Amino acid sequence: MNIITNPKTLRGFERYVKVDNVSRRSILKGLGLAGGFVLAAPVMSRPALAAYKTGADKMPHGTVVDPRVFVAIAPDGIVTIVAHRAEMGTGVRTSLPMIVAEEMEADWSRVKVQQAHGDEAKFGNQDTDGSRSTRHYLMPMRQIGASARTMLEGAAAKRWGVPATEVKAVNHEVVHSASGRRIGFGDLAADAAKESVPSVEGLRLKDPKDFRYLGKGQISMVDLRDITVGTARYGADVRLPGMKYAVIARPPVTGGKVASFDGAAAMKVSGVEKVMEVKGWPWPSKFQPLGGVAVIARNTGAAIKGRDALTIVWDDGPNGKYESAAYRAELEEAARKPGLVVRKEGDVEAALKGADRVIVGEYYLPHLAHVAMEPPVAVADVKGDKAEIWAPVQSAGGTREDVAKTLGIPQENVTVNVTLLGGGFGRKSKCDYAIEAALLSKELGAPVKVQWTREDDVRNGFLHTVSVERIEAGLDKSGKVTAWRHRSVAPSIASTFAAGAKHQAPFELGMGLVDMPFEIANVQCENPEAAAHTRIGWFRAVSNIPRAFAVQSMAAEIAHATKRDQKDMLLELIGSPRILKLDSVKDLWNYGEPYESYPIDTARLRKVVELVADKGGWGRSVPKGHGLGIAAHRSFVSYIATIVEVAVDDKGKLTVPRVDTAIDCGTYVNPERIQSQIEGAAIMGMSLVKHGEITFKDGKVQQGNYDDFPVIRIDESPAVTNVYIVPPAPDTPPSGVGEPGVPPFAPALINAIFAATGKRIRTLPIGKQLEA
Amino acid sequence: MIKLQINGQERNWDGDPDLSLLWFLRDEAGLTGTKYGCGQALCGACTVIVDKQAVRACITSVSDVVGRQVTTIEGLHPTGDHAVQKAWRQLNVPQCGYCQVGQIMQAAALLIENPKPTHDQIREAMAGNICRCGCYQRIENAVHLASTGV
Ligand code: FES
Ligand code: FES
Repeated sequence: MNIITNPKTLRGFERYVKVDNVSRRSILKGLGLAGGFVLAAPVMSRPALAAYKTGADKMPHGTVVDPRVFVAIAPDGIVTIVAHRAEMGTGVRTSLPMIVAEEMEADWSRVKVQQAHGDEAKFGNQDTDGSRSTRHYLMPMRQIGASARTMLEGAAAKRWGVPATEVKAVNHEVVHSASGRRIGFGDLAADAAKESVPSVEGLRLKDPKDFRYLGKGQISMVDLRDITVGTARYGADVRLPGMKYAVIARPPVTGGKVASFDGAAAMKVSGVEKVMEVKGWPWPSKFQPLGGVAVIARNTGAAIKGRDALTIVWDDGPNGKYESAAYRAELEEAARKPGLVVRKEGDVEAALKGADRVIVGEYYLPHLAHVAMEPPVAVADVKGDKAEIWAPVQSAGGTREDVAKTLGIPQENVTVNVTLLGGGFGRKSKCDYAIEAALLSKELGAPVKVQWTREDDVRNGFLHTVSVERIEAGLDKSGKVTAWRHRSVAPSIASTFAAGAKHQAPFELGMGLVDMPFEIANVQCENPEAAAHTRIGWFRAVSNIPRAFAVQSMAAEIAHATKRDQKDMLLELIGSPRILKLDSVKDLWNYGEPYESYPIDTARLRKVVELVADKGGWGRSVPKGHGLGIAAHRSFVSYIATIVEVAVDDKGKLTVPRVDTAIDCGTYVNPERIQSQIEGAAIMGMSLVKHGEITFKDGKVQQGNYDDFPVIRIDESPAVTNVYIVPPAPDTPPSGVGEPGVPPFAPALINAIFAATGKRIRTLPIGKQLEA
Repeated sequence: MIKLQINGQERNWDGDPDLSLLWFLRDEAGLTGTKYGCGQALCGACTVIVDKQAVRACITSVSDVVGRQVTTIEGLHPTGDHAVQKAWRQLNVPQCGYCQVGQIMQAAALLIENPKPTHDQIREAMAGNICRCGCYQRIENAVHLASTGV
């Protein structure tokens, strides 16, 4: 059992390699070194060798398995491996190259990581979202590494005139043990480049028992040193000669536009050079900019001051009346009436009528803002029909497409350089800020940095939806749950793409609504309509947050009503170990994964509950005012269970002395980063439980910064978060890690609060509810 | 003309004397290690050390620091091996890393003032620095490690 306790035990791994984060042109130069693998590789798609299938090839541009695209070996032996996904704190920029290094027997201390620019035809899909990177790329990266290794071995065998079967790559060299001869990778680079790329079908993959890096957690992020000395380069850190600094006043109401403005006072601010209107797109317009008035200055401080001096009259458009309290009432009303049926087993209506008692819970979760520490920012340099972008974007390929389309130039003329992301959480999947920079640069004929302020980030982002989840559970005389009706009402992310979208999309319904795993005879899930009045977008874990909050709170409510232990009740509801058959669900999303490889397996869900109960000391006695809560949820095809211990004092102030989380994410690459993701998910979960709420009045967001949209700080953070990783059964496909930690935290904490105080919280955030 | 002492070097500024130290450092002096997170002394991303104290550069104007020694992450240690920086690496503290410069500067200032802080003192002193990724458990342990060597 691979049990990790806390970071103190993770000491002593100060290994890192220097990283180059360079533009496309330098990548070409770097990889074109004499002796490196040749470039201009034909694109090969990934054939089936994998024991399991993923949805990777259904993603735009699929996967590319070719060592010549991802690996270069210099004569001095330095192996450069391309990271084609974006680094926003998950460690993916380290993990994916590490997989290649593992399979090719490269010595990690002689590996450099190079960030790919946006080019999906070349690198395959680059959307770093949906907790997909390891899940989709573990096998392709292994194949790339194995290919490179085979080419190196082939070159050495030729040089020695021995059969390739007699040589073996070991730790950065190829060895012929019969004769004791050995050659370093660097000396073989030129010959290896001449070898043909082996067919993927015939590749020999390493036996996992020989892994040196995979699954070990002993390698630090490649960016670690740069981060601690301040040289790690984020979007805002890009500086170009002659670059202008811009901030933009955007319409405060979604769908609004500038009616008139006066920039005279702004122009008087020291350092301000220009005030100009910028183009916006009518709502909804996917990720296109909102438009507004830009202030251009010699530094960001002057631009912000100039913007403060603007006078703008806005035309608010159709959403000028959006008001959160009234909207909540609308959602509640909708949740109390029938809606579009999206899952149906048995006869829920009859079963509820015939039930001995019915427990009803209505759970509300407001809009949330991502507030990544780095607000959106982008640098663009547009010259004629060419554009170069430097930006912290989750989707380099998508950014390239959108910038090209907006500027009306071919994609080949757009270079997107991906910097580090100072947090993403889904916000940076939308590249509006990069498009803004491109438009301004084109207009000004100079490189431009567009910096969003924190207030811009909070007020003009793509918010997490707002939702009412209403669950009715019918119980028979013995306390067994015989009926379950769940209505979920929330404006859909689809509304950001298409006007008038009122139903949630399959990918939203599939996040904890229609895939609800309880073993109940009569189940019905419904989705009444809800219209959007602001930009809705992905927020880490997305619809799983309100769904897990509702479903797992209800499980504990039933436990209380039937006087049973929360954990026992949860296991009873999950029921027998089985693979769910969801025949009534028309469009089961399953996170884009084939159901054969990634079925909903209640045995795995049960197992994380049992593991966390065991390791987390479920049922231990806790001091007065303390309580334990438990919750479990499958999301992003991983299984997670969390126990939270809470302490609530007589003034209603809550603290969290301990969190325990068990995760089953299948075959994994870097347990140390899994642990950090789960620790972070607890903080994000606690933020949304305690504080997170964006409200609207007159169509405008009422919050603006960390004072009125607070997030958890260190003095209120859990004293300790323990993480237990389920060792994978052989051949278990990898599953998501970045997001799944968030959903179970809120209900676990809410259930703990109930255990401590007897107060059942159904509206988040808690705010003052415990003070009364 | 305003003359500033930053990381032991003299820097001149003849623009707006009210410009915040943050934007002066980042945009005018090219010292981009110091980060912007909120602009209102709410998050600590912009923390620098002025003389011996942690200061939020976003609400400090360039004229406020005339005659004082400003230390940014670039000047914290010549080889980047301050005890806090080493502890941060040893415990793999960062996730995205964006807040970490501010965290490190705040921790370094704390240890000047209180070389052996308790866990409660660490939590109190670091409470002005937000980490949205949620690295707090490791931050707390790393400050402790930097101060005690264990
Ligand atoms: S940017 Fe200065 S405290 Fe946030
Ligand atoms: S590491 Fe991302 S904000 Fe702290």
